[in-house]
Amino acid sequence: MIDKKLYDMPQGTDMAWCPGCGNFPILNIVKMALAELDREPQDVVICSGIGQAAKTPHYLRVNYFNGLHGRALPPAIAIKVANPKLTVIAESGDGDTYGEGGNHFMHTIRRNPDIVSIVHDNMIYGLTKGQASPTSEKGLKNPIQPTGVIVDQFNPLAVALSLDATFVARAFSGDILQTKEIIKAAIRHKGYALVDVFQPCVVFNKQNTYQWFKEKSYYVDEKHDKTDKLKALELAFDLDRLALGVIYQREGKPTYETLVREGDEPLYKHATDMTALERLIETYK
Amino acid sequence: MKRFSGDISLVLGGAAGQGVQTVEALLVAVLKREGYNVFACKEYMSRIRGGSNSTEIRVTNKKRSSFVDRIDFLFAMDKDVIPHLQKRISKDTILLGEQAKVCGLSEECHVIDVPFTRFANELGNPIYTSTVAVGVALGILKADEKVFEQYLREHFARKGEEVVAKNIEAAEKGYAFGKHIAYHEGIEVHLAKSQAVEDELLLSGDEALGLGVLAAGCNYISSYPMSPGTGLLTFLAQQGKKFGVVVDQAEDEISAINHSIGAWYAGARAIVTTSGGGFDLMVEGISLSGIIETPIVVHIGQRPGPATGLPTRTEQADLNLALYAGHGEFPRAIFAPGTPEEVFLVAQQAFHIAAKYQIPVFILTDQYLLDSVRSLPKERLQNIKPENRIIETKTDYKRYALTEDGVSPRGVPGYGVGLVGVDSDEHDEMAHITESAEMRVAMHEKRWKKMEGIREEAFMPTEIGDVKHADTLVICWGSNRGVVEEALEILGQEGIAALHFHQVYPLPEKSKKLFSKKKIVVLENNFSGQFADLLTREYGVKVTENILKYDGDPFSVEEIVLKLKALS
Repeated sequence: MIDKKLYDMPQGTDMAWCPGCGNFPILNIVKMALAELDREPQDVVICSGIGQAAKTPHYLRVNYFNGLHGRALPPAIAIKVANPKLTVIAESGDGDTYGEGGNHFMHTIRRNPDIVSIVHDNMIYGLTKGQASPTSEKGLKNPIQPTGVIVDQFNPLAVALSLDATFVARAFSGDILQTKEIIKAAIRHKGYALVDVFQPCVVFNKQNTYQWFKEKSYYVDEKHDKTDKLKALELAFDLDRLALGVIYQREGKPTYETLVREGDEPLYKHATDMTALERLIETYK
Repeated sequence: MKRFSGDISLVLGGAAGQGVQTVEALLVAVLKREGYNVFACKEYMSRIRGGSNSTEIRVTNKKRSSFVDRIDFLFAMDKDVIPHLQKRISKDTILLGEQAKVCGLSEECHVIDVPFTRFANELGNPIYTSTVAVGVALGILKADEKVFEQYLREHFARKGEEVVAKNIEAAEKGYAFGKHIAYHEGIEVHLAKSQAVEDELLLSGDEALGLGVLAAGCNYISSYPMSPGTGLLTFLAQQGKKFGVVVDQAEDEISAINHSIGAWYAGARAIVTTSGGGFDLMVEGISLSGIIETPIVVHIGQRPGPATGLPTRTEQADLNLALYAGHGEFPRAIFAPGTPEEVFLVAQQAFHIAAKYQIPVFILTDQYLLDSVRSLPKERLQNIKPENRIIETKTDYKRYALTEDGVSPRGVPGYGVGLVGVDSDEHDEMAHITESAEMRVAMHEKRWKKMEGIREEAFMPTEIGDVKHADTLVICWGSNRGVVEEALEILGQEGIAALHFHQVYPLPEKSKKLFSKKKIVVLENNFSGQFADLLTREYGVKVTENILKYDGDPFSVEEIVLKLKALS
């Protein structure tokens, strides 16, 4: 195990999160998980999009690609393919991952790259000041829908399961120890691992609070069969009682980087075989 | 008696799925192998079956690479060919086809009945019609039958001896018929063959691009299919495996560009290929590449817009799109090759400039250039040695170190002990978000500083004719090089010369003086004269006349000759 302090930013680093934000514990959990799994900072890349959660990579010492809104996953896949030796984590919010990046979310699951998606799900748009997100509950009042959200909420776990995601989990930022174990399992999993982490927005979401989530959620027990997909779907569709933990896991599905290329030599070492190119050109005679 | 000498235009027309492409591929390959200079271009409808498509094959003593309106021999495989190509058929055109399919013509027209159906019946399958047609053409040209047979043997070898034998039989029937009608109708064709041409390459724009991209050390492509940009994706999917190229078919163009920029970030050399409509979706990625200073190479195969436009036709109307794509301000470079050798060269230069200056770089081609095939000596393919310019990072590595020339040494994650961050927000040297006005100015000026080097390395335009002494200068870019070269040669006027730009942005400082005290005529395939505007913006040049075309077809030699004659 390496020292978690290795991931700490220098003292006094300015952080844009509000006091009490659920992002703080997730940041701490990610650092702990990486330390316990012995991942050196230079061998880890965090990809993020835009939003408060997407600022995470600025607050720990690893490599990072803080790209565009909704686009954490496409570069994350590419980085894993270009250098399979890296640990690649995409970290963004519910709006970024399920709304703006919805198409990438679906097709990343289909590809099954060996990356982790940690979705900071606060069921609201924080950075743009309190509008509804895809996971907002129906009826939630917000500046754009003053009488409440009129459409059903997006169900990331059910979508992921129906697309044959190989690791689907739900976690709670208020529970550091359990969430850390879930994220460690996600990092160890060979394939695309979705961890939807409930993370309260203390400023804009007065409905889905720490208390609310605590009351609504429970952990799946040891008897839960993680390989039972229908059971997992049943849990995913239950929005009255929110199941926490690894809901579903399937081993053995080939990962995208092994399907789309040979070996795991980083591509920065690659050079075109000019003799083979010369031979190819000759075939056009 | 009809005599053709030194330059023939042979057009094949038919419905999609009737084998016009097969005839073109076979005929062009065999003619090249026999030592004839060939150039072929095509036009086709946006449909899988039916419609009316055509291919023009020019066989010439001099090397030519342009489309002519004139048709010397027209092979009509279908009844729609005649109405489709009516305007280009003259009394000198020799029409070959089944009687029933070449009707509706004036009596002056020279029609030769070729009983394709009878031949197909004799051979037992209509599939051999294409080979019969190639045979007829070669018979008329009195080409060497042996070369054709040898080619068929190689071409069909993996399909088995029976298929080879049937095709040779089809070829012989066609050839004998072609020779017979040439004699019977008094058709004489005189064309020079050369041993040098036999050893040349036969390349389409698409193939030259694929080979150029490989020569550039490209090892990654993520793209979504869109005509005419798909050819490169297909090429790399088919040829790339043995070169270790990763091919990712993206869910959409937004994914493609963000994916490819991510690949560059991790040390790959990536390209995206698309057309204008797909590129519209990629625009956010260009802006991203601009601020995170992560290279990206974008190929845009242009076709007429707006929106879906004319999906299978040609245009040069996306220059402004490439020039202004992406919000905010940042440096970029745009190439627009006009020949396969230029395509091969600029593909490498695009990667070189992208990697060196860490910017988005564009290769603008179009349907006409990508689909055109021609023979060229292999020596014309020039190599630029690929350099990845990636450094091994140290603990104190700063991704956006402020430097003299604006270029911060680029590290990649996992190579060295340093950490590599990139950030789409304005950032400090360590790539962390900043709202400091001083840092913003320093970073913005650092990025723009790179433009000096990019401009210094800009390719000079190609001079066609005596530019120094001309009083009229015709300016063209991209695929219009061949047509301007040939038109000027036909005109033979000393006062007119031309410049062809294969890099359209930034323009080299040194070529500005070539414009002084001349009448400037800018020729391009768009409505508004986009390159003319750019010349005015960059060089302060006053453009006297625009020659524009935007009907989806390329300029023809005859058209340009007329337009240039009208100038004087």
